[in-house]
Amino acid sequence: MASAVRPSTYHKHDVVIIGAGGAGLMAAVQLAGIADVAVISKLYPSRSHTGAAQGGICAALGNSEEDHWEWHMFDTVKGGDYLTDQDAAEVLAREAIDAIIELEHMGLPFSRTPDGKIAQRRFGGHTRNFGEGPVMRSCYAADRTGHMILQTLYQQGIKHNLNFFDEFQMLDLLINDGQVCGVVALQIRTGELHIFHSKAVIFATGGFGRCFSVTSNALALTGDGVAIPWRRGVPLEDMEMFQFHPTGIYKLGVLLSEAARGEGGIVINSEGEAFAKRYAPTLADLAPRDMMSRFIYQEVKEGRGVGSGKDGVYLDLRHIPYEVQEAKLPDITEFIRVYLGVDPTKEMALIQPTAHYAMGGIPTDLDGRVLLNNTEVMPGFYAAGECACVSVHGANRLGTNSLVDLVVFGRRAGRHAAEFLRTAELAPLPPNADAFARDQVERLLSKGSGPTEKVGAIRETLQFEMFDKTGVVRNERGMREMLAILDDLKLRYQRVAIDDHTRTFNTDLLEALELGYLLDISECIVAGALGRTESRGAHYRDDYPDRDDQNWLNHTMVWKTSGGLRFDKKPVTITKFQPKERKY
Amino acid sequence: MRIHFRIKRFDPTTDQKPHFKEYDVDLEPTDRVLDGLNKIKWEQDGTLTYRRSCAHGVCGSDAMRVNGRNRLACTLLIRDAGTKLTIEPLLGLSVIKDLVVDMDHFFQKYKDIKPYLINDDAPPRTERIQSPEQRAIFDDTTKCILCAACTTSCPPFWANKEFVGPASIVNAHRFIFDSRDHGAAQRLEILNQREGVWRCRTVFNCTDACPRHIKITQAIEDVKRALLFNRY
Ligand SMILES: Cc1cc2nc3c(=O)[nH]c(=O)nc-3n(C[C@H](O)[C@H](O)[C@H](O)COP(=O)(O)OP(=O)(O)OC[C@H]3O[C@@H](n4cnc5c(N)ncnc54)[C@H](O)[C@@H]3O)c2cc1C
Ligand code: SF4
Ligand code: FES
Repeated sequence: MASAVRPSTYHKHDVVIIGAGGAGLMAAVQLAGIADVAVISKLYPSRSHTGAAQGGICAALGNSEEDHWEWHMFDTVKGGDYLTDQDAAEVLAREAIDAIIELEHMGLPFSRTPDGKIAQRRFGGHTRNFGEGPVMRSCYAADRTGHMILQTLYQQGIKHNLNFFDEFQMLDLLINDGQVCGVVALQIRTGELHIFHSKAVIFATGGFGRCFSVTSNALALTGDGVAIPWRRGVPLEDMEMFQFHPTGIYKLGVLLSEAARGEGGIVINSEGEAFAKRYAPTLADLAPRDMMSRFIYQEVKEGRGVGSGKDGVYLDLRHIPYEVQEAKLPDITEFIRVYLGVDPTKEMALIQPTAHYAMGGIPTDLDGRVLLNNTEVMPGFYAAGECACVSVHGANRLGTNSLVDLVVFGRRAGRHAAEFLRTAELAPLPPNADAFARDQVERLLSKGSGPTEKVGAIRETLQFEMFDKTGVVRNERGMREMLAILDDLKLRYQRVAIDDHTRTFNTDLLEALELGYLLDISECIVAGALGRTESRGAHYRDDYPDRDDQNWLNHTMVWKTSGGLRFDKKPVTITKFQPKERKY
Repeated sequence: MRIHFRIKRFDPTTDQKPHFKEYDVDLEPTDRVLDGLNKIKWEQDGTLTYRRSCAHGVCGSDAMRVNGRNRLACTLLIRDAGTKLTIEPLLGLSVIKDLVVDMDHFFQKYKDIKPYLINDDAPPRTERIQSPEQRAIFDDTTKCILCAACTTSCPPFWANKEFVGPASIVNAHRFIFDSRDHGAAQRLEILNQREGVWRCRTVFNCTDACPRHIKITQAIEDVKRALLFNRY
């Protein structure tokens, strides 16, 4: 039984950062020594999903062949199907160079060229001279680049003796009269609530792939940090833009990085055909992810799929010599051996598209400041990384550009917050600061009466239907059905009951709260996708198969109101590159 | 197929001591042991408590004892684990609840060996140069995901919780042998103390347990040699 309710513990810091993945830690390291920083994370920092990133991090270092940041910027804009804000893409491509050097100086063990520089390789959608052909731009540490970024940044956090609150789950954002002033978090081990009172708050809570049944995302990626501010009146941007990565392990969704194709891997249909070059003559298997996923969808639809449901294809690595596989793709080949039980030097790997990356999220300006609407920022509130939308990835993120986003915009958010803190005042806490979080927790911990619903059952239906109806290919009929399903699931969610009524490490409680975030986010995704009557980047509708720049060269903004969702548009920033048809 | 789970449970609010609870679950041979735990939690008994996140062996959350050996539940498939599974928390760390152990001690031992690049020289404008050969020397020990499978399978650690343990030595190795690092002397001094590398009896349990296939015993040997031949 739940023991007696204890009052919340109070903490005061200059700035609290929620999330200890690449974005949160990069921001934290900027503030070390300048401000009193608290880093709150529901996972131990080294467990964050940044550690799963395999392929690499792009910057136009030109270590192996000629390259320029303008080319990187162009690829980012074109990859995003021109929904990318070009001022943000310019910042990304320019500052990537210096940010990666900064990581190297912090100790990141990049793989090296023969002359000892950071090694670089090809990656989907990254080209020389504005689309002429592939370029070696992706800096890597074997196929565990994200692992090394996460480790290196966490190590810097240890070096700087930052205040880490590990296994604390944020439940609410505190705002007083429009001014952000902290968060409420649950200490997982004790079940007690803690109020963190601060002048600035930085959200870096990662993605929300767990809205879908087949995903490369960790079980912890439930979009908490996206849903929580939204419930507090902050808008979300471009939520319909969700990327499906073409090469996930069949059924499991575990990612086989694009690095596999960068090193020469080829995707093959049931007839043994390397079909990518039929669709994308120039880049073939290195075409961007959204396109590759649709090529696979098309092959499957035309009856050339493989696997038990005939809904997968093969990834062929057999022609890549064993030594190269072991040196450059050790983790990927291990995943194939462990989860598919085949030897990638002898057999092909069974794959299917997997829900991978949220381009949308909390809207921010170039310094990570959260936008309240198209023109105003919320002072003291920052967001960076996958939970944020600057928008640098537009309608489709290029491979390696998320890790760049984390370090470039995590760094900018941290630096701007440092500036802000020089003059900022601590706003008083709102009255009953912890009441909302406490109600949520106590309601679930107390045993209700009447018929109840189980978290697992609701979540399973949600994930399956979202993947089916709001996946690689969408249309009005499917999405209307999905909205009706969501209405039903939300009703059922109100009757949810959990088995564990204790306070110690209650993951049953946490999963119930996380399901609530997934439901809210899913609604934003579906309603946004239904509203956008065109196809652009990762958002593909077979009832509106063309891009419509006349009506839709703009971002979608969505607010929660008492009367339901409210939508608005936000113009795309175009500087150097006029929208063109996106061909590879 | 039907898989029988025997899981060691402990709820500090009600239990004086741990006890086993049994569950039967239908699973595919290609399912992970973690899928089995999830199925129990989601369909039969929501009170079952364990850590997990990535579900594919890269985050280090779900190290536990499966049939007497330390494994990650997410990289062990049912077809390799068998139809009868006994699952227990890691040994040597105090249990918070069910399969969740207190990791703070483990992370403190990690922090003790100064796991960050130490180099006060002004860096060049571009990257520091390091040859592929220099980089290769410490490649293996960069793979560690801090899962604690090694340290909690180590008899000297069970006997003496102050022993730094294999995971910390692995992470010290990662920096000691990095050509860009200047902190080797500091770390070697720590590892030369009573609770340092010399407690290692070369039992090899750690190497067997490591889900990242790090040659831990080799790394410990490298560190011992550095101590012997550099005479710190
Ligand atoms: C398998 C895989 C491979 C990838 N490969 C690449 C690649 O090669 N190149 C590339 O550029 N991108 C890649 N990506 C994308 C990229 O890794 C992610 O977008 C990025 O790492 C996200 O980082 P983040 O810092 O925003 O969040 P994360 O690293 O996911 O961290 C989120 C943090 O927030 C915390 N958190 C969340 N909710 C709460 C809460 N309620 N309370 C407290 N804390 C909370 C978590 O504990 C965690 O510390 C890959 C993604 C996946 C899934
Ligand atoms: S060395 Fe291996 S077993 Fe030990 S903590 Fe690191 S990954 Fe885990
Ligand atoms: S859940 Fe991440 S290692 Fe198993």
